[in-house]
Amino acid sequence: MSLAIRLRHGFPSTRLEIDFAVPSPGVTVLFGPSGAGKSTTIAVAAGLLRPDACRVEVDGQVLADTDSGVWLPPERRRVGLVFQDARLFPHMSVATNLRFGMRRAPAGPVRFDEVVELLGVRALLTRRPHTLSGGERQRVAIGRALLAQPRLLLMDEPLASLDAARKAEILPYLARLKTALRLPVIYVTHALDEASRLADSMVLIEAGRVLGCGTLPEIAARADLPLAQRDDAGALLLCQVAEHDPGRELTRLEGGGASFWVPLMDAKLRSECRIRIPAREVILASRPPDAISLHNVVPGTVRRIVAQAARRSVVVEIALPSGALLARVTPDAIIRLGLSPGGPVLALIKSTSIEVLGAE
Amino acid sequence: MAVAARAVGFGLPVAVLTAWVLTRYRFPGRPLLSALVHLPLVLPPVVTGWLLLIIFGIRGPIGSLLHDWFGIRLVFTTAGASLAAGVMAFPVMVRAIRLSLEAADPGLEQAARTLGAGRLDRLFNVTLPLASPGILVGGLVAYATCLGEFGAVITFAANIPGETQTLPLAIYTALQVPGGEAKAAELSLVSITLAVVGLLLSEWIGKRLNTALGR
Repeated sequence: MSLAIRLRHGFPSTRLEIDFAVPSPGVTVLFGPSGAGKSTTIAVAAGLLRPDACRVEVDGQVLADTDSGVWLPPERRRVGLVFQDARLFPHMSVATNLRFGMRRAPAGPVRFDEVVELLGVRALLTRRPHTLSGGERQRVAIGRALLAQPRLLLMDEPLASLDAARKAEILPYLARLKTALRLPVIYVTHALDEASRLADSMVLIEAGRVLGCGTLPEIAARADLPLAQRDDAGALLLCQVAEHDPGRELTRLEGGGASFWVPLMDAKLRSECRIRIPAREVILASRPPDAISLHNVVPGTVRRIVAQAARRSVVVEIALPSGALLARVTPDAIIRLGLSPGGPVLALIKSTSIEVLGAE
Repeated sequence: MAVAARAVGFGLPVAVLTAWVLTRYRFPGRPLLSALVHLPLVLPPVVTGWLLLIIFGIRGPIGSLLHDWFGIRLVFTTAGASLAAGVMAFPVMVRAIRLSLEAADPGLEQAARTLGAGRLDRLFNVTLPLASPGILVGGLVAYATCLGEFGAVITFAANIPGETQTLPLAIYTALQVPGGEAKAAELSLVSITLAVVGLLLSEWIGKRLNTALGR
């Protein structure tokens, strides 16, 4: 199954041409700076904005297609939308808010009690929206959208209006939802930490165009995309816990066809997790070093070398057997090591610099 | 008082509808409708009464239809007095309701749409509850306006005690009779009491509603 959105729309000052298709179910993150067209894409998918031309297809169902004159109004699309500002109905209790969409939808797989448990809102049911904190409000809004039995869930920067503490409070709930519900989700954000944590697929949007679309590890490790320009650029790998070594207080993860030692984790063997390896933490070598504290010496092949003139640095994309790493080094290092695309290279990564993102 | 209650009772739903149409839809005749609604506010009440007399009189275009088909006569009856008072109070209601509808967050209606609520569903379950303080205030102010209506009522429905006589008409009549000052004073006192109670009531209910809405 898949989710495909294509749209063309002219605003007074900019033009939008978005076209992408991603697998469903799964979380697709629309990532890009503000004003890039992410929210417009969401509004079109929800049916709240009618563009010059578009086609929206979810799991084989066409919700809109200007070529054949199909345009389902929002109330008949069964597309859930979680707004940045929650938009709970102030004159209803939390429970009534949660049931608003449910009462208007056909019976579906999402059960009231399940959502209430999943989002931890049981204690809030009789409260009024204005007595809730921002994080609680957002959780209720997510539950309300889910209970309307959507075939597609859209989330428009749901955490953007929250402070870091509230954000940290909600992210685990979102990660749980992701595994509990088999649903296509489009998640708009410009926060890389949310994207790294939640995305299966990633669509990079800038100035009304799609720059790249693919799985999160693919997109995160592309040196030629703007993500690699960021200070916090880094590759992302989906890993499995392969081995615990309590004696040395280390855990070995396997991902991307390579092994990575990280500080001992509290996770079951074979369980899955994501790791992020920041590009600036990766050292390149042509020979394995000895007498060094480092645990991870990962062999790979140079795929791309992209200069970042403004930073006087270079980003190297290193292909692993399945996946890739990014390393940011100086132009001088490239010359000294004689690196060129296609040549072998060793990536040296400190165990402590590998970010393990919540085991799933 | 019955005249005013009836005027508001029948006028309010129409006013809500008009206000909703005026806030939510853009159509060619919109400025005209808006002007028409506000006309009684700027016309001398006697002129409004006279216009009503022409339209709803037994020989008027609508009045004759009502009379011939349903045997309803509006002129010089309590119903007629209500109509006159209602028309006068209509702009007041529409104004108050329109303001509160405009203040209601359209984002909430969008949210309701994505949750599967159709147009009327949204109106009754989201928009109107959100606008309820404004509707209440509009109704109360309109009620007060009706109680005090003089010109349009006397022109259209005359001054028949117990039938079409509103408070100011009664006070005016009392003043015309020698020695009627005492009765006029009494009626004025009633009028003042009603006004004060009405205002206090609207304040109190408005506050409760706003608390319920979390404002």
